[in-house]
Amino acid sequence: MDQRLVTAIIVVLGVPAVLVGYIWLTERLLERIGQRARPRLRPWLWVAPALAFLIVFLVYPTIGSLIRSFQNAAGTKLVGLDNYTWFFTNDASLIALKNSLIWLVVLTGLTVGLGLLIALLVDRVRYETVAKSVIFVPLAISMVAASVIWKFMYDYATPPDPQVGTLNAALGSAGIAPVAWIQISDFSFNSILLVIVMAWMWTGFCMVIISAALKGINPELLEAARVDGANERQLFRGITLPLLAPTLAVVITTMVITALKAFDIVYVMTSGHFDTQVVAFQLINELYNFGNPGRASAIGIVLLLAIIPVMALNIRRFRAQEAIR
Amino acid sequence: MTAAVTPAAGPGRAARLVRRVPLHLVVVVLIVIWLIPTIGLLVNSFRPPEALTQSGWWTAIFSPSQFTLNNYAHVLAQSNITAGFVNSLFISIPATVIPIMVAAFAAYAFAWMKFPGRDILFVAVVGLLVVPLQSTFIPILQLYGPKGLNIAGSFLTVWLAHTGYGLPFAIYLLRNFMGELPREVFESAAIDGASPVTSFFRLALPMTVPAIAALAIFQFLFVWNDLLVSLIYIGAQNPDNAPLTIVVSNLVSSLGGGWQYLAAAAFVTMALPLAVFLALQRYFVRGIVGGSVKG
Repeated sequence: MDQRLVTAIIVVLGVPAVLVGYIWLTERLLERIGQRARPRLRPWLWVAPALAFLIVFLVYPTIGSLIRSFQNAAGTKLVGLDNYTWFFTNDASLIALKNSLIWLVVLTGLTVGLGLLIALLVDRVRYETVAKSVIFVPLAISMVAASVIWKFMYDYATPPDPQVGTLNAALGSAGIAPVAWIQISDFSFNSILLVIVMAWMWTGFCMVIISAALKGINPELLEAARVDGANERQLFRGITLPLLAPTLAVVITTMVITALKAFDIVYVMTSGHFDTQVVAFQLINELYNFGNPGRASAIGIVLLLAIIPVMALNIRRFRAQEAIR
Repeated sequence: MTAAVTPAAGPGRAARLVRRVPLHLVVVVLIVIWLIPTIGLLVNSFRPPEALTQSGWWTAIFSPSQFTLNNYAHVLAQSNITAGFVNSLFISIPATVIPIMVAAFAAYAFAWMKFPGRDILFVAVVGLLVVPLQSTFIPILQLYGPKGLNIAGSFLTVWLAHTGYGLPFAIYLLRNFMGELPREVFESAAIDGASPVTSFFRLALPMTVPAIAALAIFQFLFVWNDLLVSLIYIGAQNPDNAPLTIVVSNLVSSLGGGWQYLAAAAFVTMALPLAVFLALQRYFVRGIVGGSVKG
């Protein structure tokens, strides 16, 4: 048999077995130590495997880039906060910051709003699986293929040439002149067009998670409220929404981070032209095109600091959850 | 918002049907909006490259004579496409199973065990979601290299890396769903003498099945569609282990353009994640939690 197949089977069956064995073993060990120390030690043993992975793959490289962010392009000498002051003072990155803020607000609003709406609506129809699959499909398309699709959607040809872009052809059949969609940077119009591509992909993500939470709501709870004479609006506001709130917080947080990290769509569709650059795009650009890991690292650290307020809200929410459950 | 489309307490079948019309209308409109770009890509995947730049995809619907299977034939005729598919499976399945298992234990500890520094630690874990993967490549490559673990180019490199990269979201999602479970269930289990291990396997895990299914879908999908991580850790060192995404990306860049192949390849590579999504749909049923909470 293929050696790699053997390895894969060993890994798929072996890793869960090892993990369960590890937990079992730690329980045996915990039995030997005192009653008092047990509940204090156990959580650390349970989170240890996860922490080990996180420290190696994410924390350790992040410490590296923190140090790198205080160095010059070649990494030969310390430059203090120069990379940070550069980032917050040059025009291109100020536009990127503004665009990232637009991405954050519009992408999160669209994906979570539509994801919630669709999850609630398809929950009531028989063709739920079909509807959900259609919304989910874009997420399964690779980012590059998705960008190609939307290039065809937004495509613009200088008039006598035929319009092969879907939107311009639709305008044309209504007798309206074609629009150079992607090139209009007034009011960040083109950035919002790029956000729509991303929203088309990620709404399925929000829908699936919200739907999973929706299915977890005890139907007896809704039934009891119905018997008591509550109408559907009251059911939604009084039961469904509060029970979905924690999950909504998770998808909102995840989408905020996804918005901050987004660069592929910008990269493929506009290469950052027409003032569509975003913060993560600037990072990749500094790293690969301008060969300045110092500046790239500084941008990475800025992103990390930018989500602290979101995380603080998460702590408050978890404390509240604990108090009432 | 949903009050107008409720099925509740209609006087008769006909009235109920009429009241549900807006609901169906909204769902169908959303489906159509979502489908248009996908259909555009699907139609273009069956068209020759010359036609793509000369006319819009919708024109092909009225002149089906231009349809061709050449793009698919070309993609499937790649000598390493089967190997790429098998490699993608080898990479994706362990890279889905491992992080979910690791995350489940951690999520349970974060949700139901009290320890000093828990909240700060949890926030730090989730905060790692924002770390740009690109900034981790160089230190991890050094770790994998001959001076470190010496496993460069093997599947193990991407299994471990995808586990590390996938954990923040996995822990976040599972901790949230586990944290929502009612306290009484765990308290009564503890009174009956159940250890945390029993509570975890008998109560917490079965009751979070919809969340685990959702997580499995996404983790599988992200790993299956990943190009960057495989390219860095496997690509250069060991072409024999290259997944489907690398095979497809070579197809496009080596021909300078090749959009028509990209469209065909997108549908070829999409098939399996979609099958996983459909297969896991049965875990999204109402009452998994309701049933086990009762009594």
